[in-house]
Amino acid sequence: MTPPRPAVPGPRPPVSAVGVESVWKFYGDFPALKNVNLEAPPGACLALIGRNGAGKTTLLRTIAGFSRPGKGAITIFGTSPREAETRRLMGYIGHGISVYDELSALENLTLYGKLYGLPNPRAAALDWLERTGLERVKDGLVREFSRGMRQRLAVARAFLHEPNVLLLDEPFTALDDRAIAVLQRLLREALASGKTIVMSTHQLREALELATHVALLNRGQVAFDGPCTPEMVSDPGWVYARYGEG
Amino acid sequence: MAFFRQVFVIMAKDLRAEFRTKEAINASLSFALVVLLLFSFAFDPDEETIRAISGGLLWIVFAFAGTLLLNRSFARELNNDCLDALISAPIPGSALFLGKAFANFLLVLAVELVALPLFGIFYNVHWTSQFWQLMLVIVLTTWGMTVTGTIFSALTVNIRLREVMLPILNFPILIPALLAAMQLTSSLVAGKPITADSDSWLKMLIGFDVMYTSVSVFLVEIVLVS
Repeated sequence: MTPPRPAVPGPRPPVSAVGVESVWKFYGDFPALKNVNLEAPPGACLALIGRNGAGKTTLLRTIAGFSRPGKGAITIFGTSPREAETRRLMGYIGHGISVYDELSALENLTLYGKLYGLPNPRAAALDWLERTGLERVKDGLVREFSRGMRQRLAVARAFLHEPNVLLLDEPFTALDDRAIAVLQRLLREALASGKTIVMSTHQLREALELATHVALLNRGQVAFDGPCTPEMVSDPGWVYARYGEG
Repeated sequence: MAFFRQVFVIMAKDLRAEFRTKEAINASLSFALVVLLLFSFAFDPDEETIRAISGGLLWIVFAFAGTLLLNRSFARELNNDCLDALISAPIPGSALFLGKAFANFLLVLAVELVALPLFGIFYNVHWTSQFWQLMLVIVLTTWGMTVTGTIFSALTVNIRLREVMLPILNFPILIPALLAAMQLTSSLVAGKPITADSDSWLKMLIGFDVMYTSVSVFLVEIVLVS
C-alpha cells in the first residue's frame, strides 16, 4: 500500500476585492437582480453601465451591504460586507451626499472620522477639507454650501478613512467642473495606489477613461462583463450597440 | 470602550443637530403645553378628581409629545441619505440604536421636566411631595417609551406615512408601561409613596425596560438592513 502523498501547497486562489456570486434581489415579486455574477480583482476599476432601471444602484447598494441579496453572496476581500472590519475597507458615494446640513463641514468629517475609529479624526478631517478645497469654509454649516461644495464634501467623506474599495453610484452626476476634476484626480490616485473601484455611471466617457473592466447590466442581468478595450474608450456607445438592448 | 464611544458620538451628533434647528423639541414642547392648557380650560375638576386623573393626563400628554420627537429620530437621517453612511460605518447597529435612544431619552425627558411644573401651576396641584420617587417613575417610563419609539422609528423610516405609523405601532406595545406609570404617578402626585402594595407596578416598569431594550438591541441590525 502506497502511503498517501503529502499535500503540496499550491498557489492560493486569488481573493477578489469584490465578488458577486449568483446574486438575486427581489422587490416583492419583481426580480431587480437576476443571477448576477461579477468579480473585481484588487486594483481594478469596474464600470457598471446600463440603462435606467437596469439594476446598477440595487447592485451597488447590495455590494455595500445596505440590503441583503435574496439569493447568492457578496464578498469584499472574501468577507461579508456586513462585518465591521469589512465596512472599514469600503467607501461609498450614493445619490445623496450623506452629510448633515445642521453641522459644519469640519464637524461632519470629524463625526465620520470618529465613527471609523481614525486615530486623529480632526486632523484627518482638516487634511481632506484642504485636499477638496473646502478649508476656508470648514466652520460653515453645510446647509449654507453651494451644490458643488456639498458634492466635494461628500467626496471628502467617502475618502476620509482611506478605503480600499470605493463604491460610487453615479459619481459624476450633478458635479460642477471643479468637483469633477477633484474626483477624477482622487480616483486616479486611488487606482495608482492599488485601490479597487466599482462605479455605476451614465457618463461613459469619464468612466471609461478610468475603467479597467466594464459590466453592462440589462434588466437585472449581466449582458456583458469583460476588460475595458480601446474600442470602448474611443466609442463609449459601442458596448450598448454590441450587447445592449439597442 | 470603543462601543460606548460610538454610542456617545451618535448621541452627541443627534443632540447637536437638534439644538441647531430646535425643530422637534419646539414642536413637542408646544404640543405638551397646549394640551395641558386646553385640558385645564375644558374641565373644572375638584382637587380630588385632579389627583385621581393626574397620572393619566400627564402620561397621555408625555406619550404624544414624545412621539413628535421620536418620529424625527431616524427621519432626520433621510436628508441627504445620511442613514446609508451610518449603516456603512463600521459600528454595530446596537451602538447606533443606543446612541439615538439616549439622545431621544434626554430630549423627551427635557420636555417632560418643563411640562411637569406647568401642570402643577395650571391645575393647582402640589406634585413635589414624593419628588424623587416621581422622578424615578418618569425616568423609567421615559426610557421604555424611548426604546420602543426609537426601534419603531427605525422600522418605519422608509414608510411614507411614518408619522401615523409610529404611534399606531408604538402605543399598543407601551400599554403595560403607561398603565404602570399612570397608576404610580397618580398616587405619587397625591402624596402617597410607593409601598409594598404598589411596587409591583414599579417592577413591571423595570421589566418592561429591560425586556424591550434587550429585544431592540438584538433586532436593530435586522431592522436597518432590508
